[in-house]
Amino acid sequence: MAFIEIAGLRKIYGSHEVLKGIDLEVDRHQVVSLIGASGSGKSTLLRCINALEPIDAGRVSLDGDVVSGPGVDQNRLRRKVGMVFQAFNLFPHLSVEDNIMAGPMRLLGESREAARDQARALLDRVQLGHRASYYPDQLSGGQQQRVAIVRAIAMRPEALLLDEITSALDPELVAEVLNIVRDLARDGMTMILATHEMQFAREVSDMVVFLEQGTLLEKGPPEQIFGNPTEARTRQFLKQIIEAGRL
Amino acid sequence: MAAADPSGLSPPPPSLGLAVVALLVAVAGLLVIGITGGAVRAGVSDPGLHGLASGALYVALAAGAVTLWLGARSLTLALQSRADLARSEILAARASAARARDSALIVFGLTLALMIGFFLVQMILFNDGKIQKTFLRWDLMTESAADVARAFLVNLKLALIAQVLVMIVGLFLAVARLTPGRAGAPVRMLAIAYIDLFRAVPAIIVLYLIGFGLPLTGLPLISKVSSQWFAIIALTLTYSAYVAEIYRSGIDSIHPSQWSAARSLGFSFPQTMRFFILPQAIRIVIPPLLGAFIALQKDTSLVNVIGTMDAFNQAKFYASANFNLSSVLVVAILFVIITIPQTRFVDWMLERSLEKRKRG
Repeated sequence: MAFIEIAGLRKIYGSHEVLKGIDLEVDRHQVVSLIGASGSGKSTLLRCINALEPIDAGRVSLDGDVVSGPGVDQNRLRRKVGMVFQAFNLFPHLSVEDNIMAGPMRLLGESREAARDQARALLDRVQLGHRASYYPDQLSGGQQQRVAIVRAIAMRPEALLLDEITSALDPELVAEVLNIVRDLARDGMTMILATHEMQFAREVSDMVVFLEQGTLLEKGPPEQIFGNPTEARTRQFLKQIIEAGRL
Repeated sequence: MAAADPSGLSPPPPSLGLAVVALLVAVAGLLVIGITGGAVRAGVSDPGLHGLASGALYVALAAGAVTLWLGARSLTLALQSRADLARSEILAARASAARARDSALIVFGLTLALMIGFFLVQMILFNDGKIQKTFLRWDLMTESAADVARAFLVNLKLALIAQVLVMIVGLFLAVARLTPGRAGAPVRMLAIAYIDLFRAVPAIIVLYLIGFGLPLTGLPLISKVSSQWFAIIALTLTYSAYVAEIYRSGIDSIHPSQWSAARSLGFSFPQTMRFFILPQAIRIVIPPLLGAFIALQKDTSLVNVIGTMDAFNQAKFYASANFNLSSVLVVAILFVIITIPQTRFVDWMLERSLEKRKRG
């Protein structure tokens, strides 16, 4: 049984169906990239997985446990599935360290010392140990996003959802963030990432999923999706990406 | 476009007309000051007031002389600029023209301020100092000042206690108004009803109803408290409705992505509100909150309708005993003294947060 199982997931905003029945299985330690045009439903799918958006039909299960529908302890689910956002979403009134420590201290009941030790260790791993007492607005975009990743993994989640985490960054800052994702993949973190970084998706993913207007049009290993896609729409999308010099 | 100069530089815009107008304005200002000031002074019989009239007149004439000098300088510079232009020294002409315009504009600004200030003083002295004698009798002001100032402590006490209560009740109302879900609907409705109601009813009516109504109800405890507490209750009821809306605007101004971030870590709705949203929202609303507090402070003077002995009530005793409003002006001055530093402080905070946002 797959670690994350999505079956027949539909999401409707008013009269607009954003996700039209998505089926997807992600195994433990797998890295899955969601690609597709803006508005194809990548972000919404991620937000449905950790119940930030309620779903209208279908089912999401995590490690054999159905986590969609009424009566699910969503706060517990979200502790297990971390998320990193396009706009970083750090808490501006808290220092870097406090951003990271808030979850472990208040939700996992860790002592301040233990939480701080962990925060420092994680910050060192992403070369930000010297920024622990800074505030988010004193950091570059790349640094903020690295802190946001650390904040998510400080909760020791079993899976990580990355929502276009480099889209708001200046080009020269993209690499420092992607390197961390690469490390996490190497350590075996289960990850689903919505991304426009095709080169990176190709390199880091075990599976690439192409979404088109709310449907899962095609999925497969990166060599197949990027090298020999079966769907005409996928080919067209990738052709546009190549023309833009992004692949 | 003026005639092209061989140097290829364009001439400055004309400044001579402006300089002439400035000079005329300065002369006219001096004439007005001399004529009005002299006439008003002639009508003042009180020797002390006569001295004030003379002082005001001389100061105004001196300031008028400064504008006259500036006007003359503007004219000289404008003429200089014209001469430079004739000699094709365009850059020099530009510099003189700019300074001529500057001086002329200063003349306009200074004259306007001078006229307003001068006429305010003349108004007090006009008609043998009638206004001064009605509102500004120094002897009556000093006579009442001690009692009025002592009674003003009551206003301060009412304001301080009500402000603390308003801060707490307002926050509860704001959070109640934002309670989510179907289960929260009744709470939301109650909060909205309360806020609508107490923003609609004038503070003085609430005060009147509480101050005269509660004692009549004969309810245990609540009907027995002092009139000062009735005032505090009434002000709290009214102002917490306003403050709740201020808090709410602050909470609403926090970007939804902050909610997403906290919820995605596993924080519940109340935890998110408590640890991440409110701390940010409260920082944002401090300036408007202080604005509401200043309004509350001033409204403590309404308590005289229920007979609380505050500064205004005290001053009214003196006013009716002397048939003169100077003691009430003392109250006004006391409010000005405590309010202006606060408004300056709020402005300073707003400016700072604005700058921060610009930099951010």
